Amino acid sequence: MTHYLDHAATTTVRPEATAAYAEALRHTGNASAVHAAGRRSRRILEEARETVAALLGCDPAEVVLTSGGTEADNLAVLGTARARAGTRVAVGATEHHAVLDPAHALRREGFGVDVLPVGGDGQLLPGALDALGHDTAVVSIMWANNETGVIQPLGEVVERAHSLGIPVHTDAVQAVGHVPVDFRASGIDLLSLSGHKVGAPVGIGALLARRETPIVAVAHGGGQERGIRSGTANVPGAAALAAALTVAVADLDREADRRRRLRDDLLAALAAIDGVHPTGTGLPEDRRHPGIAHAIIDGVDADSLLFTLDRAGIAASAGSACRAGVHEPSHVALAMGWGAEHARGTLRCSVGWDTTAADVSAFAAVVGDAVGRARRAHRS
Amino acid sequence: MQVLAALSGGVDSAVAAARVLDAGHDVVGVHMALSRSRAEHRSGSRGCCSIEDASDARRAADVLGIPFYVWDLSEEFEETVVADFLAEYAAGRTPNPCVRCNEHIKFSALLDRGLALGFDAVATGHYARNLPGPELHRAVDPLKDQSYVLAVMGRERLARALFPLGDATSKAQVRAEAAARGLKVSAKPDSYDICFVADGDTKGFLRDRLGSAPGPVVDETGMQVGEHDGAHAYTVGQRRGLGLTRPAPDGAPRYVLEVRPTTNTVVVGPAALLSVDAIVGEDAVWLADDVPATEPLPASVQLRAHGDPLGARVRRDGDTLHIELDTPTRGLAAGQSAVVYAGSRVLGQATIRSAHRRAA
Repeated sequence: MTHYLDHAATTTVRPEATAAYAEALRHTGNASAVHAAGRRSRRILEEARETVAALLGCDPAEVVLTSGGTEADNLAVLGTARARAGTRVAVGATEHHAVLDPAHALRREGFGVDVLPVGGDGQLLPGALDALGHDTAVVSIMWANNETGVIQPLGEVVERAHSLGIPVHTDAVQAVGHVPVDFRASGIDLLSLSGHKVGAPVGIGALLARRETPIVAVAHGGGQERGIRSGTANVPGAAALAAALTVAVADLDREADRRRRLRDDLLAALAAIDGVHPTGTGLPEDRRHPGIAHAIIDGVDADSLLFTLDRAGIAASAGSACRAGVHEPSHVALAMGWGAEHARGTLRCSVGWDTTAADVSAFAAVVGDAVGRARRAHRS
Repeated sequence: MQVLAALSGGVDSAVAAARVLDAGHDVVGVHMALSRSRAEHRSGSRGCCSIEDASDARRAADVLGIPFYVWDLSEEFEETVVADFLAEYAAGRTPNPCVRCNEHIKFSALLDRGLALGFDAVATGHYARNLPGPELHRAVDPLKDQSYVLAVMGRERLARALFPLGDATSKAQVRAEAAARGLKVSAKPDSYDICFVADGDTKGFLRDRLGSAPGPVVDETGMQVGEHDGAHAYTVGQRRGLGLTRPAPDGAPRYVLEVRPTTNTVVVGPAALLSVDAIVGEDAVWLADDVPATEPLPASVQLRAHGDPLGARVRRDGDTLHIELDTPTRGLAAGQSAVVYAGSRVLGQATIRSAHRRAA
């Protein structure tokens, strides 16, 4: 029996999403076609778009459906930088690679990149926004970090950026459906979300983009989605996204409380081991993701620890990027001031809508032994 | 037993893992990431290092129904195998990196990590037999026998090693078994090159990593007969690619006799001067119980990978192994292993430090 504690990587598809997906699959018809079959698909698509818009506080026209979070992030960073007159882009040091890599790719087009530093608690340093200037085309700061769960002070980012006329993008892939997100109230101009982090299948996501925010297409083609995201509409995916998000948002407050308790139990099990440094425990609750428990552990290699946990039936993560089956040292931990040794010793447990107290107990029962073994396996 | 099966992505290690599984053990597949630039997609098969090999290993584990992991041992590999490779060439010797990999990586870093994580043994696709004792023996198939590169591991580690292919009668048999088991790597080509040297260009690799300075090529009398572009690219016994500008007086072919790194000089001479029959080995590892410390032991020795066994008398003095060949042999390079056999059984091994001709 596997105890799945890796919901931040991908979470269990909700039955409501499966049903909506299966129902939409029954209909043949390209949503861009003018015949009756096309109109029927288009209706499902637009109803899904309206649902997503209503749940997240934006207009349906501001919902640009994509294949997922990575495409939405790329579209936001590349599409806005290219559409505006600026010569620089600014990104947080702990951004996901789906934001960092397109930002760095813009160097080849002559852009400068400002990487905004974070402190030991994972939050942007107070002076970090001083790097923004009138030549900044776009600033991208994530809502909730995918490794640590640390939530950034987006209100301050929006205030500062808008005073300079800079549009703000946020990667909210880990936030949507987990913490309250009101696009209009946030003042944010561009927001990425992903279906499979809220219980829809992989392959659907969205960029919420204000009408007045300049943006150009990255992939060119049939001109769907306001002309900035070409490609035949993923109607079943959109229906499933709307269905999953509906359940997630309806139950958000109660569910967030339940997950916080599970998260805190996970952190307590970790904190009982010597040489374990939980992340974010000193931050106020509104700056922490309710479902992500993250720690940095002395004297272990994440790969060894995950191996041992996997053998014991626990699916967890290092949180950091994995290339060809091997974890890279976490750029998030490095940005927070940890050394290379500790950046290889990260552990992320993340809970989802179907996580139970039994999953957490199973973790607590084996984690001490797993850390011990991983430490013995560690190169001295 | 709980067994770690090292899966290179090739056919041998996949069949080896399958056989351990058949024997009723609890098997977990591990692919060792050894290259520092894992991102590269190299063409062809070299048995390790490339992303394609890792992917082949993963698919083999899927077919076998065993868990699979990639372990990053690239740092250890660079610090031991690659560093030793460079240092040996820089010192004018000819290393065998496969021996060093077995010594430092497969039966050291991998095994130690496995033991710490609760495993009992490591299984590999090497062709050799590990008999009770433990005793290391040549494989049944003499063409595939790899006992030469395994002798370095010592008894304690040998007791933790499984070589399920030691009884295989041929590589064709192993390939047929792989195909019958549905392993897609059954037709994958064998690897021959040094896995960390791209395109098999050892000379280019050494030039990139060690730099190169031109220097003299001299004959056995000390007369300059040519110029080289980096002494470390030459190996004792080498005949081709010497670029000599002056032929030998008698027109006979000349061979590299010696590489002198301190003066960046390559010495060449006639074949007769390559003959040696007294060999001194260092860092001796002894696998058998009785150590021939006082009386020389009649045995056979193998002095290079795929070399023939030669009759000899062997004596061990601490870490040093003294070998006297019954009849001289040619072109022995320092840095290679000297492995001592009694019939099919490996008794011990050492790294060749020097070789000379006994006074007649």
